[in-house]
Amino acid sequence: MATVDQPKTATPRPEGYEAPPSVLEGDHTYATVTDKISGIVLTRKTPLSWFLIFGVGFSLMMVFFGAVGYLLLKGTGIWGINVPVAWGFAIINFVWWIGIGHAGTLISAILLLMRQEWRTSINRFAEAMTLFAVACAGMFPILHMGRPWLFYWLLPYPNVMSLWPQFRSPLVWDVFAVSTYGTVSLLFWFVGLVPDFGTMRDKAQNGTARVIYGMLSLGWRGSASHWHRYETAYLLLAGLATPLVVSVHTVVSFDFAVSVIPGWHTTVFPPYFVAGAIYSGFAMVLTLVIPIRAIYGLEDMITRRHLNNMAKVMLATGLIVAYGYMIEMFMSWYGANNFEQYMSRNRMAGPYAPIFWSLILCNVLTPQLLWFKRFRNNVVVLFLIAIVVNIGMWLERYVIVITSLHRDYLPSSWGMYHGTIWDYATYAGTIGLFLALMFLFIRVLPMISIFEVRSLVKTNRRPSHTE
Amino acid sequence: MAQIFHRSFNSISRASIPIVFLLVVAGAGASYVLYKSAYATRATVPLNQPVPFSHRHHVTGLGIDCRYCHTTVETSAFADIPPVETCMSCHSQIWTDSPMLEPVRESFRTGQPLEWTRVHDLPDFVFFDHSIHVKKGVGCVTCHGQVDQMPLMFQEKTLYMEWCLECHRQPEKFVRPREHVFDMEWKPAEDQLALGNRLVKEYKINRMTDCSTCHR
Amino acid sequence: MTSDKKQLDLTAIRERLRAQTGRDYWRSLEELADTEEFRELVHREFPRQASEWTDEVGRRGFLKLMSASLALAGLGACTTQPLEKIIPYVRPPEQLVPGKPLFFATAMTLGGNAIGLLAESHMGRPTKIEGNPSHPASLGATDAYSQASVLSLYDPDRAQAVTERGRIRSWTSLQVALAAEIDTLKTRRGRGLRILTETVGSPTLRFQLQELLRALPQAKWYEYEPVNWDNRREGTRLAFGRPMSFHYRLDQARVVLSLGSDFLCSRPESVRYARDFTARRRARENPSDMNRLYVVESVPSPTGTIADHRLPLRPSELGRFAQALAAGIAGGQPGDGETPGEHSKWLDALARDLSANRGQSLVIPGEFESPEVQRAAHQINSALGNIGKTIEYTPEPDGGRTSQSDGLRELAGEMGDGQADVLIILGANPVYAAPADLKFAERIMKPRLRVHLSPYLDETSRLCHWHVPETHFLEQWSDAEAFDGTVTIVQPLITPLYESRSAHEIVSLLQGRYRSGYDSVRDYWRSQQPGADFEKFWKTALNDGVVPGTGSAAPMAATSAVAPGAQRPQQGRTDTQGDRGEATGGPERRQTGAASPPGSTTQPRPGQRAAAPLVALQSPAQKKSDLEVGSTARPGGASLELIFRPDPSVYDGRFSNNGWLQELPKPLTKLTWDNAALLSPRTAERLGVRSEDVVELRYHGAAVQAPVWVAPGHADECVTVHLGYGREYGGKLATGAGFNAYRLRRSDTPWGGPGLEVRKTGERHRLATTQAHWSIEGRNIVRTGTVEEYQKNPHFVHEKEHGFGPELSLYPEYEYEGNAWGMAIDLNACLGCNACVVACQAENNVPVVGKDQVIKQREMHWLRIDTYHEGNLDNPKTVHQPMLCQQCEKAPCEVVCPVAATVHSSEGLNDMIYNRCVGTRYCSNNCPYKVRRFNFLQFSDKETPSLKVMYNPDVTVRDRGVMEKCTYCVQRINAARIEAKKEDRPIRDGEVVTACQAACPTHAIVFGNINDPNSQVAKLKKLSLNYSVLGELNTQPRTTYLAALRNPNPELGTE
Repeated sequence: MATVDQPKTATPRPEGYEAPPSVLEGDHTYATVTDKISGIVLTRKTPLSWFLIFGVGFSLMMVFFGAVGYLLLKGTGIWGINVPVAWGFAIINFVWWIGIGHAGTLISAILLLMRQEWRTSINRFAEAMTLFAVACAGMFPILHMGRPWLFYWLLPYPNVMSLWPQFRSPLVWDVFAVSTYGTVSLLFWFVGLVPDFGTMRDKAQNGTARVIYGMLSLGWRGSASHWHRYETAYLLLAGLATPLVVSVHTVVSFDFAVSVIPGWHTTVFPPYFVAGAIYSGFAMVLTLVIPIRAIYGLEDMITRRHLNNMAKVMLATGLIVAYGYMIEMFMSWYGANNFEQYMSRNRMAGPYAPIFWSLILCNVLTPQLLWFKRFRNNVVVLFLIAIVVNIGMWLERYVIVITSLHRDYLPSSWGMYHGTIWDYATYAGTIGLFLALMFLFIRVLPMISIFEVRSLVKTNRRPSHTE
Repeated sequence: MAQIFHRSFNSISRASIPIVFLLVVAGAGASYVLYKSAYATRATVPLNQPVPFSHRHHVTGLGIDCRYCHTTVETSAFADIPPVETCMSCHSQIWTDSPMLEPVRESFRTGQPLEWTRVHDLPDFVFFDHSIHVKKGVGCVTCHGQVDQMPLMFQEKTLYMEWCLECHRQPEKFVRPREHVFDMEWKPAEDQLALGNRLVKEYKINRMTDCSTCHR
Repeated sequence: MTSDKKQLDLTAIRERLRAQTGRDYWRSLEELADTEEFRELVHREFPRQASEWTDEVGRRGFLKLMSASLALAGLGACTTQPLEKIIPYVRPPEQLVPGKPLFFATAMTLGGNAIGLLAESHMGRPTKIEGNPSHPASLGATDAYSQASVLSLYDPDRAQAVTERGRIRSWTSLQVALAAEIDTLKTRRGRGLRILTETVGSPTLRFQLQELLRALPQAKWYEYEPVNWDNRREGTRLAFGRPMSFHYRLDQARVVLSLGSDFLCSRPESVRYARDFTARRRARENPSDMNRLYVVESVPSPTGTIADHRLPLRPSELGRFAQALAAGIAGGQPGDGETPGEHSKWLDALARDLSANRGQSLVIPGEFESPEVQRAAHQINSALGNIGKTIEYTPEPDGGRTSQSDGLRELAGEMGDGQADVLIILGANPVYAAPADLKFAERIMKPRLRVHLSPYLDETSRLCHWHVPETHFLEQWSDAEAFDGTVTIVQPLITPLYESRSAHEIVSLLQGRYRSGYDSVRDYWRSQQPGADFEKFWKTALNDGVVPGTGSAAPMAATSAVAPGAQRPQQGRTDTQGDRGEATGGPERRQTGAASPPGSTTQPRPGQRAAAPLVALQSPAQKKSDLEVGSTARPGGASLELIFRPDPSVYDGRFSNNGWLQELPKPLTKLTWDNAALLSPRTAERLGVRSEDVVELRYHGAAVQAPVWVAPGHADECVTVHLGYGREYGGKLATGAGFNAYRLRRSDTPWGGPGLEVRKTGERHRLATTQAHWSIEGRNIVRTGTVEEYQKNPHFVHEKEHGFGPELSLYPEYEYEGNAWGMAIDLNACLGCNACVVACQAENNVPVVGKDQVIKQREMHWLRIDTYHEGNLDNPKTVHQPMLCQQCEKAPCEVVCPVAATVHSSEGLNDMIYNRCVGTRYCSNNCPYKVRRFNFLQFSDKETPSLKVMYNPDVTVRDRGVMEKCTYCVQRINAARIEAKKEDRPIRDGEVVTACQAACPTHAIVFGNINDPNSQVAKLKKLSLNYSVLGELNTQPRTTYLAALRNPNPELGTE
């Protein structure tokens, strides 16, 4: 698409200031906005590319079910895990997906509270992504158990053994953290959808569609009182969700930080896990948003300004993560603990060194391109960087989980770990599951918040005060 | 444009909220009840046996002591099921031609043992020792119920872990003087807690709540 | 199952067999296995387990798994347990209390030497082996082989029915067949009858065979065992003019030199030797009295690892070394510094040290070293006046007997030229194990009738007409002789599981009158006990596991009337009959030196001890020639020296279908499920090969392909191969593992020699080891020192600690009113002999996982022996460290388990509750010692009937998806606690003995209540040598270690 020239203004801008393109481009009216977004779901023909991507996702999803079926039949032995490396892909993927699941709530809640109105056209989308990511993540802790059918023993409930879970264990904290996060995100997403369900109900031609949307809209009539209640509820949920953005990945990081294993037992984990989570979250949003806006021609609603901002967030969080790596290494040297020191040396020069260095390449070096506007504005480059960062974040978890475990305290028990075909199948499977859900969502629900974007229409002409 | 929903949907939708809630609660409750029911625990259900042996007849009727048949209850983990020989020690004399006892006689003739159905069947990962419980003053009745009232043997308690722990956590509530362990009719003359606390001291009964006490 | 029923089934099956052409035994059996009768007849023919052991993800049917996992999938939570049957006795056996184990004394024979055992029986099922404290070869301890013997008993691959040409026959049909033969043989006075047995350690069997030979004087009896003691015999013959058997008194020895002998682990009496040796090694009591061990060896051995000075020499060098030493010492100028060669300093220091300890020193020749080395050792011992003090000789029962190798060669010849008409093989497996040059497989086809008795259908059985399953020693009546003549009556704990018979019964059949093993043994001993109240004698013998009156008594002086340079006696077999007959006067005759076979040694006369050196020092010319012989193999030359050794796990192949032993990490290499060609690092470099490279070994024309394993400390320019692998028949596990070293073996040089060529093939073979990393990375996990260090500073052990001062913990300290269990492991006494590992496996139902899973690092051993090398690669210092759950006070595993499946007990145990475990494996990750084991798949076999009855009923058999680990044998603790409480007393020290502790030959493992200051373990933990591994993590382990102390010769220092 052609580059949009900046709005000319008399007042000189401070140094390095870049007037952001407006949130909503093209001359949209309420009607056009509504039609365009709801049209994607209701009237327009489904584009071929949708079928392609959904097809890929769906077939991978089948692979996933196959892998899980075999897993339940044979046991976790089909994976590459062993002693000393008793955690493998399952936990890596769990942390990876959870991380991805952070963007949604961050965008919706925190940016909302910060009155960042550019969030409006991507928050719905990001929340959906969060939900599906959390869904994928949530499965792994259960699947990786030796006897998954007993997962409910991790929940505190009255039982004939008169036993409770062991509350000192971070895994129990995980159960609460993740389930809370999932629930709140779901609520948040659904509440946000209610007004749009109303719109869809009214615009839908097909009877069943109207009934379904009607039910989901909970009798929304858009009366003043409805709007009033809606705003309050939404704000409250935003308030609730905000701490979760921090809490979830902090708790996840405790799984490692609480242990005694060199490379895990580190106080820096919580902050840099959270940063990493947001990092990967935004990367994933970009990875999805860039093709989708092309497919559905949403360039005027998800503008380059959005991409630009997300790029900046990535850069910032990326730097935090890099700092995390650095301080980890520094501490292991400074701490003068020979186990820690060996661990660091082993990461950088041991059998898994290639993975470590490609992680540095993906997560630390590549994102530095984002310093340059040229790259931030180049959609293709941005897309590629986002992909690279996604890979990088997965490698980070691989390095943390595997290289720490495979050589810990007693050299006699050292060993190697390699994922098996089933590990990869399960991982690819969840990606398929994620894609399939994502594109189903795009097909049947308004992927952009109609009413919120409408609220932007009037601000279309002049830059808002927040800039 | 036409209404999608009939107006009654307003009340239905409102009602649905508490209904769903109730259903969830009820479901949970139901499964809990089922899990404790005789269906799951097989408690209070008499099982088929090759010979309809009546503890009531032999204990109440004839006044035979538990240990006459369950010989090793004081010495071993396993209380022992009487060998056919034991049955025949009487039944070679009395009821010698009762058809009911034919399986016993046949087993004695052929040497093919009788196959009783186990009534009190703990899971394989639970290790229980009769002798020490007897030694510490746990009455037969405490776990097996009033066997002397059972025409056909059945399991009275759930045998769930919580049930074991009731006593392992608070033995004073259940223990009795050693001399009354095999007494079917014994009732504490005084307050059980007072007696219990005394016995716990006297018999040096510890609260054995380590997992490895029963699981190895 | 009643016998008549069996007959019935047999007829049915015989019909079926006639119908089809039985091509191959297994094949036809598999066809049969589908039929109901057959299942009933032989319970279950094929081990499910086996396929699972060798297969990555098992071979169970998809559906079965589905149902299984569904059943597990606690749908389980709501389903009720299936109804269980409970089956009382009809008439209860005597003295059996249901639910309480009984122990019976018996013995296991290996290489003709017995070790006394106590077998634990649960309701009539032998489940566990313990040592017999009153047996001299055991003293309550055991070795790995006897521990694993239980599994062999229940092995589902055992032959299960008498067969003729692969078809099932009844026992009676064999009797009939043999009866006819015997009649014809009688007429020929036994001409053409050849009997081949393994080394016979049973007085009764020896007696039976000699009776047979008396009845049929033309018949011949040969003993052959691939691992035989020919060189020992020959050595004594060279030294003293007549063969002697001898044993050592290591408790008397202050300086010990091993010339290539792994005397602490390799022999049946090693258990005893290890006990005696380490008794003199407990430096902590009186450091000054600590013994010193020099080891000169070609193959790294456990004995070598605890040596104070170790010198790797290839066999030829070792020969010259021995001669030089003998010359030096016997020549009366020990260590005159004139001895040539690069090791002169070493040799001189050694010579001086030995001579400085006359009568308190001991030189032990390697069982498999050349007779010359043996002679040298005897020479030195007599020169140092050790005879009768640290080494004792007794005359061989039948001195005239030729060596086993010669015997087998003779037999092969006779088979070749048709002299052997009827061949009866009792126990041995010559087709597999005979030296290749004898072409046994061809020649065995010559005899007209071939009958084989063996536990498995092996290579030999397939070439014999008749095969009779042999009873396991836990199934049979017999007797067995220990190294010092002590005899044990072997009593069965269970009626034979299958249609099997013992050698006694077969021989009695040959004698023309079938008698049960019980009768044979009893009659023999009745004949030995004239007058005495036999029943009383019999009962004591059975009860004690030792036949009263037998065993080592006054040893004979090792001197003999034979003149120097005496010719080696050449009596033929017939001449020796009388001799043999006499010799069967029985062991109890031996101890009274008076009764000795004609022509054997006379009573020691004064002054004869002095004569010994004269004998020993005969013919220096011979020594020179030895030196020449020794120097033929030039280092660096194309040709290397080949060394054969019995495998540390499967011995000569007899144990190769035993999963416990197959998966037992071999000492020092930690190899499982395979044998390899061991090379020194330097030689490997020269040849340009790495571990797991497949090379072709070419030796005197024969060739095999073998994977290389580079063994630090191995002598240069020689290659060690272990016997017992590469089986073709004989069980699911035996077949296919490793390569067959017998293919290279020659009857004239049974233990190898120069002339080996090694060629790289470029292929690679994956070997499964349980330890991948051997350097200790400068971590003070194992701590060693010298006696001097210790005397200077008793606390030197703790100075190496890099702790960070007293650690803080979030959690409060535990209080222990009653017992607090703890363990102390003396690294100074640990040989790494593996007895504890198998003992633990047997006691705790630890499953076998198979080679693939071991490669994946999923072995399940609760107790492993960590081995670390330090120092230079060519002759490293090696330390063993038994590593098991440390039962930490502040256990990292406990806090991270989400379901409280591993928790702290009130006695400080770290309880592991399998049925609560959901398998997050977090505990294993968080365990600094990595001693937790996880059931990644359904490892334990719950289907094979024979294995089901083997399991220890006091320990849960774990399912898939569950974590497990060492429990300090909590089942034994509970049993002891209950007994103590029933008697209203505290548990006594030593009342709870863990399986590993019980098995340990050297008392390296001590377990007990650390709350009781007088307990043995508490005392050990007070010692300054006591330290905890990774103590700086503040895990506060309950298992602590005593640092290893070495006693190097100051002259040599700690090089």
